[in-house]
Amino acid sequence: MAYVAVKGGEQAILNTLRLISETRRGDPAFAELTLAQISEQFGLAVDRVMTEGSVYDRELAALALKQAQGDVIEAIFLLRAYRTTLPRFAVSEPVDTSRMTIRRRISATFKDIPGGQVLGPTYDCTHRLLDFALAAEGLQRPQAGLAAEPLDKDVPQVIDLLGSEGLIEEESDEGQGEIFDLTREPMSLPAGRDQRLQNLARGDEGFLLGLAYSTVRGYGGAHPFVGELRLGEVTVEIVPEELGFPIAVAEIAVTECQMINQFRGTAAKPPRFTRGYGLTFGHNERKAMAMSLVDRAMRARELGEDVRYPAQDEEFVLAHTDNVEASGMVSHFKLPHYVDFQAELALVRQLRAEHMAAREAQTKEVAE
Amino acid sequence: MSAGTTTIHSDTGYNFAYLDEQTKRMIRRSLLKALSIPGYQVPFGGREMPLAYGWGTGGIQVTASVIGPDDRLKVIDQGADDTTNAVSIRRFFQTVTDVTVTESTEDATIIQTRHRIPEIPLKEGQVLVYQVPQPEPLQKIEPRETETRKMHAYAEYGAMRVTLYEDVAHFGRIAKTYDYPAVINGRHLMSPSPIPKFDNPKMEMNPAIQLFGAGREKRIYAVPPYTSVRSLDFDDHPFEVQTWKGCCALCGSTVSYLDEVITDDKGSRMFVCSDTDFCNTRQAKAAAQPKTAGEQS
Repeated sequence: MAYVAVKGGEQAILNTLRLISETRRGDPAFAELTLAQISEQFGLAVDRVMTEGSVYDRELAALALKQAQGDVIEAIFLLRAYRTTLPRFAVSEPVDTSRMTIRRRISATFKDIPGGQVLGPTYDCTHRLLDFALAAEGLQRPQAGLAAEPLDKDVPQVIDLLGSEGLIEEESDEGQGEIFDLTREPMSLPAGRDQRLQNLARGDEGFLLGLAYSTVRGYGGAHPFVGELRLGEVTVEIVPEELGFPIAVAEIAVTECQMINQFRGTAAKPPRFTRGYGLTFGHNERKAMAMSLVDRAMRARELGEDVRYPAQDEEFVLAHTDNVEASGMVSHFKLPHYVDFQAELALVRQLRAEHMAAREAQTKEVAE
Repeated sequence: MSAGTTTIHSDTGYNFAYLDEQTKRMIRRSLLKALSIPGYQVPFGGREMPLAYGWGTGGIQVTASVIGPDDRLKVIDQGADDTTNAVSIRRFFQTVTDVTVTESTEDATIIQTRHRIPEIPLKEGQVLVYQVPQPEPLQKIEPRETETRKMHAYAEYGAMRVTLYEDVAHFGRIAKTYDYPAVINGRHLMSPSPIPKFDNPKMEMNPAIQLFGAGREKRIYAVPPYTSVRSLDFDDHPFEVQTWKGCCALCGSTVSYLDEVITDDKGSRMFVCSDTDFCNTRQAKAAAQPKTAGEQS
């Protein structure tokens, strides 16, 4: 019996790198995808990768998607690892979404709202019929009509209209000057809302969607209304120390969801509505809504509600939202565990031998 | 270990050892704190690395923070230098640093490991960096970190003892075979990472610096040189390590941890050293002295 210890890990790795490169390219008879094509035509995938990858850069996100063969979680991982090498040179001023250049804006709570309902681009109103015409290239597309007048520059938040009556809680930073940065510090419990919202913004869309869903199916007692959902461009400003006044450094597209939730009140607090908040890069309403529902569910402790369900349990939710962490841990079981398994194997063999011996002794006793 | 240079690594455009100097400084501070409170888990601002979480990102960050241009790096997984993950991590450091790599335990100044401690005793000046998937030894008993933190603060480790006692009641022995909990410096309960309990005694009073990095959970802890490491046990069920009936089929060792290798589909198997450097060195020595080969074991 000739045995040679397995060697050649290095050679195998070099080969697998070549193999994935070939597989990624597919049949070279077809034209290679360009980053512009991905960025323009797979825009929503790019938006998701930017959001969960925590980097607003369409070109890098498109590159990540190309490199990952369209595997969104792999692309998010690539972008996150790249992000590690970037310095943090400033903390921006809070973006003012009431000054957003609006592309879409709807409210489910009032039929008409100051500034108007703007349907904008949405799949909501499409019939989900496969469009076979789209399979052909060079399709003639009808032009969307434009409004005669542009929207107001300042469009107030619907949810703030309730504020004047005291019907909805005030939004406040609880006197916190410093904002927690989850990308620079480890999670710290109990988590403030800044930490929770950062975690949710980076969190896996699918996981948050499932959690949000659970809160409206009896595992969380949510009664949500979309106060407002808006999509558009906002200006990012920083205040350089040497200038002392804000300067614009970027214009980014964001989706924002203000979810209104019921709160029955306590002995100390009268009944009123409470908020859940969701914000994503680019256009991602599903994620923004799920985020706002889970945000509200996790506020149970602060509002004096019972923490009874998974979505209300911040320690459970915050520890498991991150798909880069989750997929790393789950995929690590592919790594060799020869040593641990050998240890377990020896133990199970020993326990089985003892079990058999004990049973034999028992049968003997009974026979006697 | 010398301080990392601030030069950009010429081939890759990344800083020496990938991490920027501010991040390295933050990690070094955490390491110093960890060495000052043996076995205590220090939270640190773990970064996202270009390798997957659970695949050694904690160990990689620790190594990247302590490595200097003059170091000699050895990387092992399951005791072997040529398992794909060890190769991958070694290649990473060859890409982002120009340090010398080695397979020799004796020659290495830094050894990054997953699941094993080398068989050859370590020396003063060497650094052993462990990759840790789950730093919290109490997590299987209490999944909430807010609770386990209190348990550590009060050194309240009764729950772990009860768990081990339940094994004794159920199986007649402590049924923990790897990641066997130990009390460090008489104070903190620590997960030694998923090394087999066979390796636990090697941690005790070790002259080398032992650093543990858990990237996903963002925790660093350490066992300084010459520190007591007591594996939990009972007076009537003392701690014991794995033993094998036979010896290594390649080098004849009877003192090393053996891996089982299945050699055909009829149930044939053999046992070989998990530590490849240990095994290869012994085989080379035996080959050099063919007449005394039989006495090697």
